[in-house]
Amino acid sequence: MQHTFMAKNPSVLWFLLGLSLFTVFVTIFSEAVGSTGVSTSFLKTLGKTLCLCLVAIAMDVVWGYCGILSLGHFAFFGIGGYAIGMWLMYERTKNIVVGSLENNILPPTPEEVEAAIGTQIFGVVGSSEFPLIWAASHSLTLQLLAVVIVPGMLALAFGWLAFRSRVTGVYLSILTQAMTLALSLYLFQNDTGLRGNNGLSGLQNIPGLEAVSQATLSLWFFWASALALGAGYVFFAWMLSGKFGSVIRAIRDNEARIRFLGYNVENYKLLIFTVTAMIAGIAGALYYPQAGIINPAEIAPIASIYLAVWVAIGGRGRLYGAVIGAVFVSLMSSWFTGGSAPDINLGFYLVKWTDWWLVLLGLTFVGVTFFFPKGVGGLFDLISNYREKHQ
Amino acid sequence: MSTLLEVSDVSVSFDGFKAINNLSIQIGDTELRAIIGPNGAGKTTFMDIVTGKTKPDEGYVIWGEKSSSLLDMSESQIAQAGIGRKFQKPTVFEEQTVRENITIALKNPRRPLDLLFSREAPNTENRVRAVSDDIGLTDALDQLSGALSHGQKQWLEIGMLLAQDPHLLLVDEPAAGMSETEREQTTDILVRAAKTRAVVVVEHDMEFVRRLNCRVTVLNQGSVLAEGSLDHVTKNQDVIDVYLGR
Ligand SMILES: Nc1ncnc2c1ncn2[C@@H]1O[C@H](COP(=O)(O)OP(=O)(O)O)[C@@H](O)[C@H]1O
Ligand SMILES: [Mg+2]
Repeated sequence: MQHTFMAKNPSVLWFLLGLSLFTVFVTIFSEAVGSTGVSTSFLKTLGKTLCLCLVAIAMDVVWGYCGILSLGHFAFFGIGGYAIGMWLMYERTKNIVVGSLENNILPPTPEEVEAAIGTQIFGVVGSSEFPLIWAASHSLTLQLLAVVIVPGMLALAFGWLAFRSRVTGVYLSILTQAMTLALSLYLFQNDTGLRGNNGLSGLQNIPGLEAVSQATLSLWFFWASALALGAGYVFFAWMLSGKFGSVIRAIRDNEARIRFLGYNVENYKLLIFTVTAMIAGIAGALYYPQAGIINPAEIAPIASIYLAVWVAIGGRGRLYGAVIGAVFVSLMSSWFTGGSAPDINLGFYLVKWTDWWLVLLGLTFVGVTFFFPKGVGGLFDLISNYREKHQ
Repeated sequence: MSTLLEVSDVSVSFDGFKAINNLSIQIGDTELRAIIGPNGAGKTTFMDIVTGKTKPDEGYVIWGEKSSSLLDMSESQIAQAGIGRKFQKPTVFEEQTVRENITIALKNPRRPLDLLFSREAPNTENRVRAVSDDIGLTDALDQLSGALSHGQKQWLEIGMLLAQDPHLLLVDEPAAGMSETEREQTTDILVRAAKTRAVVVVEHDMEFVRRLNCRVTVLNQGSVLAEGSLDHVTKNQDVIDVYLGR
């Protein structure tokens, strides 16, 4: 069984091999082991990129394989980040508060501690009360469950409404954008309990691990991200390899036809939409502790559109294509917008990449859509065709 | 022979235009039936109604021994109840192999979790073979179905229907765009299929219908104009006027 799965999915082995080599390589050169080859901030960028790869393969499954152009999967990613961020922030603030109250003559009552934590966290939005959604924030287990359950439930409810009414194509894409916009506007509110546009911060500090250096913590998160990406890749490859995958691709190519074969298309779409949303939540929960901060701007509708752009550039309908797209575009993006790219002086006009990067990305997207519908991943087809011909 | 499908007094309008007008047709449980009629007579719409794609404004569609109404059922429920359909335009999943196409059509549990977690039924390969032998595509099992010829795609689609093991097979213009030898093989496949189930074939080509050698229903402007053997209906003056006379 396992044997046939690997035989049918040669890309899985190659991917895992590449990912392991990359992880070992980065580890050897990280500051945590005393090297200077990979700075801690760059290590964080790499770890975050792995998380982006994970959400990109989820996007590829929902769009590239099942044909649902969801422009809302980055919202699920953000929810995962918020879910873990609430625990990180609560627990860390609690440690600080308890530490500062320690020298009081009378030991503080639990109510006093709670009130002090509330003031610390919600002071920026002029409040000190714990809103209801923070009810579980003291529990790491519950917040970890929320990382998958909240995106899962939201996707289930949204998908149930949308798929049952047979909303498809561009209408569905617009609906998912509306959902994303509504969520980010909700989070921007000061009184909705997630600190408005301040978002959650200080997430790079892991409560209980204060003694561990950022260099080491970053390496751990990098490993966790690599592990999650590898597991996610194998999971999706397994899901899509057999008859289930065959039905999913059939839904993409001709939904009506597969319905007449007796398949309940809505249930399949709902399952795919929900599972990918949950994986996106996991990716987000690993990403934001490495980023250190999450705010509602992260969930802006445009972020979900970028996700689709990555998958299109990397190549839809093949998991490694999504990985290529996410790596390529997100690293390019941080290079161009980080000011490292040399500006081009045309004499009459100075092309500043910080301003022009998005234009370049947009043009690349249009170009790929028109001329290389299979994306960068399509190059692998060319290579294997060439090999076949010359054997 | 008992009645398998009963369509009675069904009407459908599209934007005021009556595509189906008080149509009544009965199909027996192992019967081969040809439906002919000019373009726009409502043949495809008839199939849309039976398979749940179009809901009629009036009338009944009654199915099977339990006389259940098909009008309350969704497309996938109707398919699971035992009605298979071949579309006018061949629609196979071109990016998948012939084997994959037949396999997803095979009569097996169809819920997502069944497909994810249950093992493949042990006789799957034999069942796929039986179908591919029937439609003459065994040699092409591992080819992408998009690479098949037009005629082969039509057969594959018929094969996918047979794989579902339906009680009633609705086949819309199976011979369109086929060569003469392909047409003959198609007739053979359909006649064989009708030995154990009901098969309804919509077709334009008279030679093709003659070879099917079965009862014929002539549709015109959304209702039945004549019914009987091919010789009988071709002698009918109304039929000659509206259809054959053109
Ligand atoms: N969805 C639809 N909307 C509007 N008109 C339709 C629709 N489907 C069929 N019709 C019309 O109904 C009539 C019957 O069509 P159809 O059943 O396809 O004919 P046939 O298959 O016999 O050639 C035609 O005039 C066609 O234009
Ligand atoms: Mg027609």
